[in-house]
Amino acid sequence: MNWMRMLVMAKKEVMQILRDSRSLMIVIVMPAILVLLFGYGVNLDQKRIPVYVWNQDGSQQSLDLVWRFKASEYFRVAAEVDNEKALARALDNGDARIAIVIPWNFDHRLQTGGRVAVQALVDATDDNTANLAMGYAQAVVQSYSANVQVAWMNQRGLAMQAAPVSVDTRTWYNEDLESSAFIIPGVLALVMSVIGAFLTSLTIAREWERGTMEQLISTPVSALEIMFGKLIPYFVLGMGDTVVAALIAIYWFHVPFRGSFGTLLASSAMFLVVVLSLGFFISVIAKSQFAASQIALLVTFLPAFLLSGFLFAIEQMPKPLQVMTHILPARYYVSVLKKIFLKGTPALMLYADLIPLAVFSVVLALLATRSFHKRLM
Amino acid sequence: MPWRARGRRVAEATPNTADNSVLLEGLVKRFGKFTAVDGISLTVRRGEVFGFLGPNGAGKSTTIRMLCGLLRPTAGRAVVAGYDVARDPEAVRQHIGYMSQRFSLYNDLKVMENLRLFAGLYSVPQRVLRERMDWALAMANLEGKEDLITGTLPGGWKQRLALGCAVLHKPPILFLDEPTSGVDPIARRQFWDLIHAMAAEGVTVFVTTHYMEEAEYCNRLSLIYRGRMVALGTPSELKRDGMHGELLLVDCTPLGPALELLQSAPAVLDAAIFGSALHLVVEDAASAIPLLKQYLAANNVDVQRMERIHPTLEDVFVSLTTGHGAAEEHKA
Repeated sequence: MNWMRMLVMAKKEVMQILRDSRSLMIVIVMPAILVLLFGYGVNLDQKRIPVYVWNQDGSQQSLDLVWRFKASEYFRVAAEVDNEKALARALDNGDARIAIVIPWNFDHRLQTGGRVAVQALVDATDDNTANLAMGYAQAVVQSYSANVQVAWMNQRGLAMQAAPVSVDTRTWYNEDLESSAFIIPGVLALVMSVIGAFLTSLTIAREWERGTMEQLISTPVSALEIMFGKLIPYFVLGMGDTVVAALIAIYWFHVPFRGSFGTLLASSAMFLVVVLSLGFFISVIAKSQFAASQIALLVTFLPAFLLSGFLFAIEQMPKPLQVMTHILPARYYVSVLKKIFLKGTPALMLYADLIPLAVFSVVLALLATRSFHKRLM
Repeated sequence: MPWRARGRRVAEATPNTADNSVLLEGLVKRFGKFTAVDGISLTVRRGEVFGFLGPNGAGKSTTIRMLCGLLRPTAGRAVVAGYDVARDPEAVRQHIGYMSQRFSLYNDLKVMENLRLFAGLYSVPQRVLRERMDWALAMANLEGKEDLITGTLPGGWKQRLALGCAVLHKPPILFLDEPTSGVDPIARRQFWDLIHAMAAEGVTVFVTTHYMEEAEYCNRLSLIYRGRMVALGTPSELKRDGMHGELLLVDCTPLGPALELLQSAPAVLDAAIFGSALHLVVEDAASAIPLLKQYLAANNVDVQRMERIHPTLEDVFVSLTTGHGAAEEHKA
């Protein structure tokens, strides 16, 4: 490896990036746009879920329960109906995501100290919302039931000041239950996929397309020098963009940052090596800029977006998909990001994510070095 | 690969190649079932301007790419500057300059930046860098144009810049693949002056072209057709010996019917339109001329002129390749 030749290549690559307004836009504007887009545009918080109520009982007690649903910020009582058909229709056409049925003997059973079940029908086409709605509904009914219990015992002169057991939830790590805090750290993985894989996927393919590769490989410059010369500028840019994205997340969106910046940089560097190698590898095989960019988006950006746990929790995916996520480097990086930002997990305890990430970066970097030969065919 | 040992010269092992800059022995390149280069053998001497002449698709570029180590030969071998191109492509690259057929410098870089890039890639030492770049700029006649973006230059300037980039490291051998295609005649002429100036300094120049008039500028020529070498020699040797039979020029009217008549005339080996006249190939000019004049007159063709002429390279080429084509069709 001749360092001078590698530096000459890197310098040439930098000049080309600086003269190419599209690359420059992607490098400079893309990180900010992505962070802002996901910071403002995506909100996974579920509030005011539409609910239909069929109150068969109509007693004071049952009205009290309905009122609690009305008072909850998580629900919006869209309509009260008096038959099952109407409920079914509302669930079918999406007017209601959940329906509550209060049985006709509700009041009577409560008065006699019996147990009574309130039925909840949930539209589970969107299982995320369904789970949330169920949880919220349970919470509403539970708190109501606790009150009833206390009142019932008081009536009978039994001293009881509060419900015997109550669930007192305290959220850790993302205290305000803001979905932006959950999402934004993962945006860094997207930024890197774009800078790393998308831009580099163009570099080798562009040389083939423009015919400059033929001249380049007729000189004594080696395949490794070409590769490093091309990737180093993008590595520097990618790291810069990571820092910018992290700063926007922390200072603009007030996403908590509890871990160490060193760990963030180290894991980002590893992930960057992964995406750069992939981008380079794709660029070598594809030989056309269009094909290369499409493949790059398909193998890096999309998985980082959909399957990394960035937006959708991996635990909630179907089992086969969950298994599949293990071969996605983005999964480990997103996991590290969330832990560094929200939990402040020390680097040593991140080994389960960092080791696979390191393995991927070494393997893919080796693959990239092996992929490129100074031959026309 | 950086850790591989520097190439071994194979010249010492085979003394007969010592003086030759480029040696081809039964060089073959196949792409699947298609044979692009079919067993070419030749040697190019030091300081020679060697032309590779042939139509598009004849295998010229494929050959030159093998010689530059860009393609691996399927069979046979090629030795460039004493290094085997299949075994030591990197060593070959240290000793050659290459200009590919398609302009392949960076259009988005400035003239100076392209020069500096290739100087760096060829590891031109720092102390002579300035001098070499000034020399290349002067040679390419691009002084004062250093800061222009390469993509904005006219075709002829680009070609000269490409040549400049290819010779920054003073390579002993220069491979030029159709260096003047798409360049106007004056710029073409200037380019050939450059090539000869370099050859005069001892640089071996291996150049492909499909312009017949350019072929005349070469010291020696090889005619390539369908991957095979059909002739080899100096331009005058080729014109003298390359053709079977003798060449006649016929000025006559009407041209079309005359061509048809002559193609089936007994003494005529070949007939073709050449500009506003006909070129005929006959076994013996002296005996054929009166016979043909008579024959045409009998068929109402008015002959203004019919005389023996010296063949041009194009005549030789047409004659050699039509012969080949006919032979091949016959085989099939």
